[in-house]
Amino acid sequence: MSTNPSASRPPFKINWVRLAPLLYTIGLFVIWEIGVRLSGLPHTILPTPTRIFEAIVQYWSPIWKNSMQTLYTTVLGFLIAVVAGLGIGLFIGWSKTIYAGLYPIMVGFNAIPKVALVPILVIWFGIGTVPAVLTAFLISFFPIVVNVATGLATIEPETEDVLRALGAKKLDIMLKVGIPRSMPYFFGSLKVAITLAFVGSVVSETVASNNGLGQMMASAQSNFNVPLVFAGLLMLAVEGIAMYALMAWVEKRMTGWAHRSTMAH
Amino acid sequence: MTPLVSIENVDMRYGGPDGTLAVSGLNLKINRGEFIAVVGPSGCGKSTLMKLTTGLHIPQSGVVIVGNEQVTKPVSIVGMAFQNPTMFPWRTTLENILLPLEIVERHRHRLRRHKAEYVAKAEKLLETVGLKGFGDKYPWQLSGGMQQRANLCRALIHEPELLMLDEPFGALDAFTREELWCVIRDLHATQDVTIVLVTHDLRESVFLADKVVVMSARPGRVISENVVPFERPRQLELLYDPAFNEMVQRLHGEIATARSAA
Ligand SMILES: Nc1ncnc2c1ncn2[C@@H]1O[C@H](COP(=O)(O)OP(=O)(O)OP(=O)(O)O)[C@@H](O)[C@H]1O
Ligand SMILES: [Mg+2]
Repeated sequence: MSTNPSASRPPFKINWVRLAPLLYTIGLFVIWEIGVRLSGLPHTILPTPTRIFEAIVQYWSPIWKNSMQTLYTTVLGFLIAVVAGLGIGLFIGWSKTIYAGLYPIMVGFNAIPKVALVPILVIWFGIGTVPAVLTAFLISFFPIVVNVATGLATIEPETEDVLRALGAKKLDIMLKVGIPRSMPYFFGSLKVAITLAFVGSVVSETVASNNGLGQMMASAQSNFNVPLVFAGLLMLAVEGIAMYALMAWVEKRMTGWAHRSTMAH
Repeated sequence: MTPLVSIENVDMRYGGPDGTLAVSGLNLKINRGEFIAVVGPSGCGKSTLMKLTTGLHIPQSGVVIVGNEQVTKPVSIVGMAFQNPTMFPWRTTLENILLPLEIVERHRHRLRRHKAEYVAKAEKLLETVGLKGFGDKYPWQLSGGMQQRANLCRALIHEPELLMLDEPFGALDAFTREELWCVIRDLHATQDVTIVLVTHDLRESVFLADKVVVMSARPGRVISENVVPFERPRQLELLYDPAFNEMVQRLHGEIATARSAA
């Protein structure tokens, strides 16, 4: 809670809650390092963090290039998913009938493992960037659709009545209540969606690409370069955390009213 | 003169054929310019009556006529203050109050060009209900009673012909409440508006209304219509008048009987 003003706190007090993520991360790496060293596991099975950082420095140029490629395909797929998800979500949430009719289809579609679609995408578009972008899109757009549609479908009748009592048309209700009301759901879903988008692009790169972190890790693995595989994983984690944090920030900026307790000052 | 609102033999059941029968055999006529108060035991169908009149609910049998037309969809001449303040949390209080202007046909095309004029009007309303300077606060930054007052402003902003107030003063202290009674009283005196007020406060109903309508326990119907004999303009001193208290007591007795009859 950020409600009590920081001025009233003693100045020397350390904010353990804010430091916790950093401390826990360092702790994890330390335990990992010690564990591997004590057990004597060879770095071809589980490399130590120091060995992984070494690999990152050693292969920085390809790692950077492939990281950027993965980030690019992920973000592009994600952006398409945002636009399409918002549009389809609003369409589905527009009426109870459409919601009832399309929802099961969407669920069925979502149940298909997206890895299974990669070969089809490769047949259609060849290997490389396009299937990676499309896989990222396909895997991340479902949570957006569901959230937007749910936000619309769960509007309290009382809220709608305020507008209906004024003689509002369906479009008015959609614009004045539906969309603002579903925005917290939409922005909330972006955090989930961006994480899934990484899964999609990396899966696709692993099986059907000449670049990207997925492909880099796959080829490192076939060369038994395990530290490089882990370096790739670490880069993915970093990118994932960064994008997640960005989405969390956007969510907070755009729908502050839905996080009212933290806003009250 | 044909009445502005005419409710004839209306039955309203919630939730399908086996649902709750909220009102049954409801009859009520409201003349243009009249001030009607509706009282009755809790859950007897007062809010339902309001929603039937505004066309938010369509009755299963009987007809509701507002302004010479049978109600089959929400009517647009009303301003309604709902029982629960339904402010939109994503809009500031001022934006919430301006909302009807964005919807009602008569105003929506003028809103953009005459924005300043409308904002001034909304601020004037906020001032009358004692919320001066709270326009840019979000509803959840206001207390329950303050939200209720803002809710009232939203019902008034577009100067509706028919004003429906569902327990608009429930969450207010005695003093603020009396202040707002006077606001509503003056509004009714100076403007050509028909008002329907649902309330649990019998003194409020007698002080404000031309006619107090008593409803039976659920399923609700009108059991008596009591014309209030006191001259207008009425002052707050009326509240201490023996004749006033006698009428309040009589209504009190009637509702007590209605409750135990259920
Ligand atoms: N949306 C709804 N769905 C089902 N039943 C409802 C609904 N709204 C009201 N009812 C039922 O209809 C009856 C009348 O409700 P209504 O809200 O009109 O009462 P009321 O007279 O306004 O009560 P109060 O004075 O407590 O506000 C109640 O018994 C309630 O259970
Ligand atoms: Mg009610």
